[in-house]
Amino acid sequence: MIEAVGLTKRYGAKTAVYNLSFQVRPGAVTGFLGPNGSGKSTTMRMILGLDNPTAGHVTIAGHPYRKLPNAPRQVGALLDAKAVHGGRHARNHLLCLAQLSGIPARRVDEVLGVVGLQDVAKKRSKGFSLGMGQRLGIAAALLGDPQVLLFDEPVNGLDPEGILWVRNLMKALAAEGRTVFVSSHLMSEMALTADHLIVIGRGQLLADMSVRDFISANSADFARVRTPDTEPAAREKLSAALTEAGGHVLPEADGALRVTGLALPRISDLAHDSDVRLWELSPHQASLEEAYMRMTQGAVDYRSTIDQKAGLQQQLPPPQAQFQAPVPGQGQPGWYAPPPPQQGGQPFGMPQGAPVQPGAPVQPGAPAPQGAPVHNPYAQPADVPAAPVAAPPAPTAAPPAAPAPAAAPDLTKSENNENGAAR
Amino acid sequence: MSSTRVLKSEWTKIKSVASTPWTLLLAMVFTIGLGMLISYFATSDFDKLDAKDKLTFDATAISFAGMSLGQLAMIVFGVLVVANEYSTGMIRTSLAAVPQRGKFLFSKVAVATALALVVGMVTAFATFFLGQSMMGDHKVSLGDDGVLRAVIGGGLYMTLVAVFSMGVASILRSPMLSLGILMPLFFLVSPILGSVSATKKVARYLPDQAGQKVMQVVKPFDDDTPYGPWGGLAIMIAWVVVALGVGYLLLKKRDA
Repeated sequence: MIEAVGLTKRYGAKTAVYNLSFQVRPGAVTGFLGPNGSGKSTTMRMILGLDNPTAGHVTIAGHPYRKLPNAPRQVGALLDAKAVHGGRHARNHLLCLAQLSGIPARRVDEVLGVVGLQDVAKKRSKGFSLGMGQRLGIAAALLGDPQVLLFDEPVNGLDPEGILWVRNLMKALAAEGRTVFVSSHLMSEMALTADHLIVIGRGQLLADMSVRDFISANSADFARVRTPDTEPAAREKLSAALTEAGGHVLPEADGALRVTGLALPRISDLAHDSDVRLWELSPHQASLEEAYMRMTQGAVDYRSTIDQKAGLQQQLPPPQAQFQAPVPGQGQPGWYAPPPPQQGGQPFGMPQGAPVQPGAPVQPGAPAPQGAPVHNPYAQPADVPAAPVAAPPAPTAAPPAAPAPAAAPDLTKSENNENGAAR
Repeated sequence: MSSTRVLKSEWTKIKSVASTPWTLLLAMVFTIGLGMLISYFATSDFDKLDAKDKLTFDATAISFAGMSLGQLAMIVFGVLVVANEYSTGMIRTSLAAVPQRGKFLFSKVAVATALALVVGMVTAFATFFLGQSMMGDHKVSLGDDGVLRAVIGGGLYMTLVAVFSMGVASILRSPMLSLGILMPLFFLVSPILGSVSATKKVARYLPDQAGQKVMQVVKPFDDDTPYGPWGGLAIMIAWVVVALGVGYLLLKKRDA
């Protein structure tokens, strides 16, 4: 049992953790979730007595960590997979930790086998991959056969087999009645592993509930409706009809509609009544990942901005109005609202050659992926891959993330092309 | 948790990294090699010295001349033993396993000091005998007045250099910063201050100048140093105690 009461940590003017109170109970895997920089690791370090809280306290089995008798036999922790001396063999690393708590060397070989590192036991940990480092860190945590286990981001860098193994290991440890506290920024992973969730953002508690409660409280059912891409008018028509019938309609980035508040048969009937054909009508449940993002979106410290590639882009003539008309997601409320598309220019490589001469036919909807959401960094990755797809089929079409050096020759090339076109 | 466990663990740590044998071996090689070389040249130039210098010719101290270089390797050893914990992040694993931070630091220092003492003593005796073997007629023997004290003192000096470095590293935590301060201090600042008459009186209270006094058998003519050989070593020990004490207080108070 880990118990935190009013835990607060300030580093100068920055408050890393503020008034955090929670309990981590034995016999369950407790997931500790939060965006980067939300105070997860700081909290973990305070639990282990490495950092002193500015206010409040945290105890393990009723004792502050530093007062805990034979702490390494009661608490095992993986804080940082890279926190080993790279020149030391994996086995020696574990051996020096084992000797601290009077654990026999035999146990070192046991845990090396448990984490699957027995073949590299005599290798220097310098050459270890992140995944192997995680395994070594997990071995160190298991060494003392402790009742309380803390893991900070244990699946980072693990392969799928390793992730599955960690998941089962956590569950098995909890099933043995141990207290297992696992931090992660991956909701999807925690949904599969954890029984209980503690979510923090900007150092403050956002949720402390079971995974099941979290799901039912945060995920909403919705229907995805897609009208023929060729008939934007039908889409507007259906949208209006559904809204009129009491549904809540949100356009999605790919042109579909997200409908809540109406049952599927009713949506079908309404579409039929308004004489709109449907290409898709499917039931969906908002993923836990989305629920988590919605919860933490106000508490994200490190937010990516759109790469404007200033000076690396070529100014294009403003796209014709017809391209902009079906901009999905514009003016959407809520967290996944993409901003109005910024058509300042196009990424490198895209405007080259004949296919995108001004006035040339461009696929409708092509500008849409450009309007990647600014508000929500998590929504972005989903949209980014769409850009190359939407890009004109120019042979030189590069993904927007093309590195600048590679882009330089392209610039001259496209100038040449333009000159050629002018002549 | 008993102290013997922590000592055992620290012994495993110190012997399982490559920097330990390398730095200690270099300390021996530099001290002995350079000592032999300087002993040889000092002896062959003896006849060219004036009468005053001939009278104060200190065969023992000359055979320890290589220590000016060998001590740098001891500094690296001392710094790495402590600061590696910080630079690798191992410190958090270590302190999670040994929440009593004083026990952690002093066990580490004790193990490293014991190792440095063995290496220091072996080096001091080896460099003395090998250096004297280069000196022909001018050599002294262990039984001569003050010589044994100087040789043992030489071993202690090397050890204390390492321990002082551990103390500084536990204050500064960064290996680069610690080396960047200690190396110039021992190799440049102290000799420069010691050779300028205005700062000479202050410089002789620096750890290296005070500690090196113990290796002197024949006093120079104009020597007005207010402390003797053991007094000098005591001054150095005071530096070591202060460095370790501050390091301990910081470790206890600081976030790891």
